[in-house]
Amino acid sequence: MEGKRSVRMCCLCNERRASLSRPKTLEQICRECFYLAFEDEIHQIIVSNRLFIRGDRVAIGASGGKDSTVLAYVLSKLNRIHDYGLHLFLLSVDEGITGYRDDSLETVHRNQIQYGLPLKVVSYKDLYGWTMDEIVKLIGLKNNCTFCGVFRRQALDRGAAFLKADKLVTGHNADDIAETVLLNILRGDIARLSRCSSIITAEDGPIPRCKPFKYTYEKEIVMYAYFKKFDYFSTECIYSPNAYRGFAREFIKDLERIRPRAILDVIKSGENFRISTTTKMPEQGTCERCGYISSQKWCKACVLLDGLNRGLPKLGIGRSRVAIGCKEENESHGGKSIESKQCGSLDF
Amino acid sequence: MACNGAGGCQSGCYKDEETTCDQPTTAPSETDSKSSSNLCIKCKLNDVVSGYGGIDDGRFCADCFRSNLFGKFRLAVTSNAMISPTDKVLVAFSGGPSSRVALQFVHDLQERAHKNFEASRDRSLPVFGVGVVFIDESSVLSIPSHEMEEAVEVINLIVSSLAPPRKELHFVPIETVYSSDSSDGKERLIELMNVVSDPTGREDMLLSLRMVALQKVASEFGYNRIVLGSCISRIASHVISATVKGQGYSLPADIQYVDARWEIPVVLPLRDCFAQEINMYCRLDSLKTIKLSTCPSSSINSLVSSFVTLLQEENPSRESTIVRTAGKLIPFHFNRIPEIIDGNVPLATRRRQKRYNLKSNESVSSESFCPLCNSPLDKSEIVDWSNHNNCRSSDTFYTSCCSSCQFQILPSDSTSMEKFYTDLPHSMVARANKVNNDKLNALREQIQDCLLSDGEDET
Repeated sequence: MEGKRSVRMCCLCNERRASLSRPKTLEQICRECFYLAFEDEIHQIIVSNRLFIRGDRVAIGASGGKDSTVLAYVLSKLNRIHDYGLHLFLLSVDEGITGYRDDSLETVHRNQIQYGLPLKVVSYKDLYGWTMDEIVKLIGLKNNCTFCGVFRRQALDRGAAFLKADKLVTGHNADDIAETVLLNILRGDIARLSRCSSIITAEDGPIPRCKPFKYTYEKEIVMYAYFKKFDYFSTECIYSPNAYRGFAREFIKDLERIRPRAILDVIKSGENFRISTTTKMPEQGTCERCGYISSQKWCKACVLLDGLNRGLPKLGIGRSRVAIGCKEENESHGGKSIESKQCGSLDF
Repeated sequence: MACNGAGGCQSGCYKDEETTCDQPTTAPSETDSKSSSNLCIKCKLNDVVSGYGGIDDGRFCADCFRSNLFGKFRLAVTSNAMISPTDKVLVAFSGGPSSRVALQFVHDLQERAHKNFEASRDRSLPVFGVGVVFIDESSVLSIPSHEMEEAVEVINLIVSSLAPPRKELHFVPIETVYSSDSSDGKERLIELMNVVSDPTGREDMLLSLRMVALQKVASEFGYNRIVLGSCISRIASHVISATVKGQGYSLPADIQYVDARWEIPVVLPLRDCFAQEINMYCRLDSLKTIKLSTCPSSSINSLVSSFVTLLQEENPSRESTIVRTAGKLIPFHFNRIPEIIDGNVPLATRRRQKRYNLKSNESVSSESFCPLCNSPLDKSEIVDWSNHNNCRSSDTFYTSCCSSCQFQILPSDSTSMEKFYTDLPHSMVARANKVNNDKLNALREQIQDCLLSDGEDET
């Protein structure tokens, strides 16, 4: 490394100039070695966790952001090189947020062409009769993330069902999962805490979901996208600044500055938590209204939707003394309003 | 969305875990108005005290506040059988508000028992003994000497004022961990700490040494319980910092009321009290506390501490939610007072202990421990010793430590590791060897009857 030239060589191949310091390992390497290391690590994760089987129809949750763009690219590349034998699709959700989602969807349409993957877009308007813009107009900027998150989950499952997908993959990276582990500790959600660090979730739900980027640093995804000059959409959701997750994210960023590997350590802790068996956990059933999985009488989406349609935006937010979805409540309002729409017509 | 009191909280929390977000946004925050002042919700007689933060801010009057705080302490002591009449209790005193209140409450308890003893005719129930220890860490932390001298004076005053019953006060420098090994303890300690480059590692190493010192003092002077003043706020910080260091498996061991991993069990009677309440108590009763000036820290521990403080300010129930969540993790079998078999201990005490001991449905499993920090090792950290026959003892030591200590404390190259190993206090080294020998002995017992007397050479 001390040549006559003061230029550092890549410590892996020693052939090319080192052009970056890898966030995960701090190795000084060249671009090509970085691409190889990055892609190979994802491949190892996929193989060792047995995420897919040959012939699987896999829907890739595509938002147009960097994580899903890189995911779509890498997954289709690995599918080719290592012959996974998967049928890949892009699945996008249109929440109806002007100035944010309409722009990012254009990116996804471009990805469809660039990567040659079929695309399906599902919209809140079609599924629920409401766009996020309309919802925020009604409820304001508090709890809006609750609505969007709950609706998106169902939207993805419905889209995946339409595509007859066997698995759904999302671009959640190590930073996301570390934030979620912390968030669940902070908010006392022991049920989620026990599930959130798994690489495959919802195996008993309609569609199992995988997170191949579980151990991938957000910084490395950004680096990959940057060097490969990917076309992706990089704005924050315009409705998100008050999200509680912001606290956790700030903290994780500060933590990464002191000790980068702490992000993976949080995930490791999440995996090693042993929950007491005496803790009461929710039981899984089905929603009476639409048949989606639910631990209560009505699934959260139905509850929230009901609230919106009846002009009761706080329904389903916080604790309620009245059981949601019980007969007395429905009958007192004499039938459905014109605007109310069932969560969907697909059977689960 | 910000999850604060007014807005209602995130859907999806299950009822029994939801944070108490429905706290009424404290209307009695008009602390200065005397005419429209609020009455204590308990006695309904006196005015409330407020302004100290926390979920009970502005609810109690001074007297009810005091009795409420002491009540939490006493409940923790009795439900966990922390202190029995025949015990000799050592209070770890740092001079800070938590250990000051812990000392005060232990004294109050002892004083009460002493009065009962004097008043009773048959004098059947003895009074537990109390000692106080202050660990002087100035050789490692570069505390100005005049500060330390002042601190010593103040502590002497405090302890002597808490009599009768009289309490023994021990001033112990941290290099005492070496005192039985060699005379150059201080030098070895400084050398040891210098090998550790990670700031968080240094802090955690010091904590481990502090516990070794406490254990040493306790066993030397015949104490059988160590009281730590750790409160909810400190435990909440520990939950987060342990999570962040990858110690999710061992985390439950450190946050229970009782930690009996050690030779002398450690108890945490202030586990249900908030730092804000404790500070208020010190203010109300003018309890003197000491704060020694140390260098600003760039460690993970201090980052976490400021994070938790920030969260607590945003929502006063946050610390208790964190601790409650962590409380749902399975504790270890050593997280309760070991059953007393001593016939001299009153039957009532033994019965109470049996009743209150943490019920665990899980069978007692044998844990392996990191010789450095004494935390239980998870599956991936437990070593298969068959592959490590001809290693240097310093390398063996390295391999037997948990991954957190390996990363943040132990040096990665063999030569520095060797140096580190030789500078370790003997008790830690012995701990590592003891563990290995115990395992070997346990195996040997099983096959003892098949072993022939000669020809076996175990090294």
